[in-house]
Amino acid sequence: MRFERREHPSRLLTIIAPIGAILAALLVAGLLILIAGAPPLRAYALILKGAFGSGLGLSEMLTRSTPLILTGLAAAVAFRARLWNIGGEGQFYLGALGVTAFGMIPAIAAMPAPLAIAMCLLVGAAAGMVLLLIPLGLRLKFGVDEVVTTLLLNFVAVLFVSLMIEGAMKDPLAFGWPQSVPVPDNVVLPKLIERTRLHIGLLIAVAMAVAVWWLQSRTVFGIRARAAGLNPRAAAFAGVPLGRTLVMVACLSGGLAGLAGAIEVMGVKGYVTTDLSPNYGYSGIVIAMLANLNPIGAIFAALFSAIMFVGADSMSRALSIPSYIADVTVALSLLTMLVAIFLAQYRVRR
Amino acid sequence: MTRVLELSGITKRFGHVTANEDVSLHLDKGEIVALLGENGAGKTTLTSILFGHYVADAGTVRVEGTELPPGRSRAAIRAGVGMVHQHFALAPNLTVLDNVMTGTEPLWRLRSNRAAGRAKLVALSERFGLKVDPDARVSELSVGECQRVEILKALYNDAHILILDEPTAVLTAQEAESLFATLRQMTENGLSLIFISHKLHEVMSASDRVVVLRQGRVEATRRTSETTKEELAELMVGRKVDRPSRPPATPGKVLLEAVDLSLSGKGGASLHDVSFQLRAGETLGIIGVSGNGQTTLAGLVSGLFAPDSGALLVEGKQVTVYDVPHAISAGIGRIPEDRNAEGTIGDMTTWENVALERIWSSEFSSRGMVRRTAARAATEKIIKAHDVRGATVDGRIRLLSGGNMQKIILGRVLDAEPDILVAAQPSRGLDEGAIAGVHERLLEARGRGAGVLLISEDLDEVIALSDQICAIVGGRLSPAIPADRANAQILGLMMAGDWSVAGAIEAETTNAL
Repeated sequence: MRFERREHPSRLLTIIAPIGAILAALLVAGLLILIAGAPPLRAYALILKGAFGSGLGLSEMLTRSTPLILTGLAAAVAFRARLWNIGGEGQFYLGALGVTAFGMIPAIAAMPAPLAIAMCLLVGAAAGMVLLLIPLGLRLKFGVDEVVTTLLLNFVAVLFVSLMIEGAMKDPLAFGWPQSVPVPDNVVLPKLIERTRLHIGLLIAVAMAVAVWWLQSRTVFGIRARAAGLNPRAAAFAGVPLGRTLVMVACLSGGLAGLAGAIEVMGVKGYVTTDLSPNYGYSGIVIAMLANLNPIGAIFAALFSAIMFVGADSMSRALSIPSYIADVTVALSLLTMLVAIFLAQYRVRR
Repeated sequence: MTRVLELSGITKRFGHVTANEDVSLHLDKGEIVALLGENGAGKTTLTSILFGHYVADAGTVRVEGTELPPGRSRAAIRAGVGMVHQHFALAPNLTVLDNVMTGTEPLWRLRSNRAAGRAKLVALSERFGLKVDPDARVSELSVGECQRVEILKALYNDAHILILDEPTAVLTAQEAESLFATLRQMTENGLSLIFISHKLHEVMSASDRVVVLRQGRVEATRRTSETTKEELAELMVGRKVDRPSRPPATPGKVLLEAVDLSLSGKGGASLHDVSFQLRAGETLGIIGVSGNGQTTLAGLVSGLFAPDSGALLVEGKQVTVYDVPHAISAGIGRIPEDRNAEGTIGDMTTWENVALERIWSSEFSSRGMVRRTAARAATEKIIKAHDVRGATVDGRIRLLSGGNMQKIILGRVLDAEPDILVAAQPSRGLDEGAIAGVHERLLEARGRGAGVLLISEDLDEVIALSDQICAIVGGRLSPAIPADRANAQILGLMMAGDWSVAGAIEAETTNAL
């Protein structure tokens, strides 16, 4: 049995592949639900009901998808240029910490809200950028593999957050809980719907997805970044400045992950803790792959993950099976997606 | 005569593509058969079937009357068939003896019988005139010597039938001559040989019989003594092909001048004090065996890197910034050595590949935005004007054949009418028809007054297209000789580093002026 590369991967196939992958993942996860002692179909019905069945569920699901869209984009733009940024988690935390520290400056609280919010978002993005530029610098200068450095920096970042919220940025009014001082009221993101947690961060995330799509498909930077990723030697021959292009990609990728962290603090939590992110950074990698690195696709992949996570919470309460089934399903969908991408590009021959 | 190898009725299909159709050929004892064919004619598939890497859909392989089981790669080797690959499979850090003995002894034996191995190797090398020092490290050997080691490796496995895949691809003319003499000696000692080639002159000088493959079929079989180069060319291509001929040059002012360019290493070969002048309306051919610095020289003129010392002058002005946009703005058109690795990005569309190297120019972008309509129109124009088969503006360029890909590259470079053209191995790996097309376009550029720097390993190509010819050896450039004084003999000496004749010719021509 051999694999041959398809000469023309059909457009239909590239759309069917992720859907097929998700169905396959649901099938396998269904077996696990069965083993856990619950009827799979009812479990999935409850997941859907949990995510869509009520206004609250829906708004929670959309709130949850907001950071996922951004971390998914962060991974997608980096992977497109073959920059293996596994450090979304750390960049997320640094963005969150950066915006909180910035909020501690008294002048910020005195500013008009739109200006303060804009500045805070930029600071969060900048903090994420810095954390990715370090490993990129090491790669460009010394050839250090960024998979290792970005991954390990995640732990450094979380421990640094821990250090700060136990120390310099600790909230004195939190009864000794390890959490940072809250951000000032004027940088809290306005709600999209009153009395829910849904905030304008969702619009920012969707706008970012569109902006990234435009950047990749319409600009000189986009075509160069893709060229650098696909064939660095040919890109260099065509005059693409490889180092500079990768630095720009890293700024975009790290910036998006940092932005996700900043938005989560400003829109949902209000302060930083070390459990701010239920692996948003890592989930971003799965989402990017599910979306086949397409920025618009990242929106839908993030929605899928959010449906699973939010829906599984309410499903597990009703059926008393662990909500980890959501993690399992999302993780399985990554595996099945990788197989599906492969099968969409190759055909099996005997 | 005894028939040592017989392939009969071999057919192999890959999907809709028929790689071999009903191919039958035989080899007699003590004979040299040349397997001649263009790229894609099915030569490689045929040898892969012989060695069991592929299973034929139909047909049999017999060695000395015994049929080989299909799909068993060791069977052919055990039956005494050896293969000498075009790209050497030698470990450079080991000695010749180690390389030859690797894989011939059982893995689980702790002691290796080196004394016996050495005796066998020395005996073989004496018997077949393949002189080589068993204790030399392979990294210290010349290309010709490496090839001898490859042949010895096959003989050490008791091969008496040898298949040589494009054995002269990496050799100078002199080295090739001596290889052919060795091959002759080997057949006199009872070996039988098949050598695979697409070069007519070596087929004519080295074989007893020629089997021409075209589109997977045996087109013809000829005794070498009863055929001509012209007939073989026609059989191989399937029609009469005339390469365009070069009209007399009308050299103008100096467009490109190199003064003592030196560049050390950087992964590739170094350059040492390279100087030359390229005039308008003239082609300067640089011939050399690959790995002698021509890649570095092409990269330097193309703006990929800067020299350590020396200067490059474009129309009298010294180049200060060595990068691609500056090179292109200065009027340098660049045809890269490797179409797939350097010239194109396979998974990008045709229009992206056309636009990428000038994406910074106002033609293809404004304020950071790609001018897609302009880029696609330019691509459409290239596809139409140069009859690029199979290409669509939005299709991935990977799908094109080598010749059509080269048409796209030539189009994107030459439509901008560069004053200077660097063409590195412009027809490497192309078939006769495509080569003629490339040559035509290079002559066209020269005809409208561009200076063409032609870097090539192909003697015929350099002689046919160039007005002046230099050889590059170990990063140094030989004196330039006029093309009408050049022949394979003189160029071979120049490529081997003997520049006395070239120097004399240069002195003579300068005195005559």
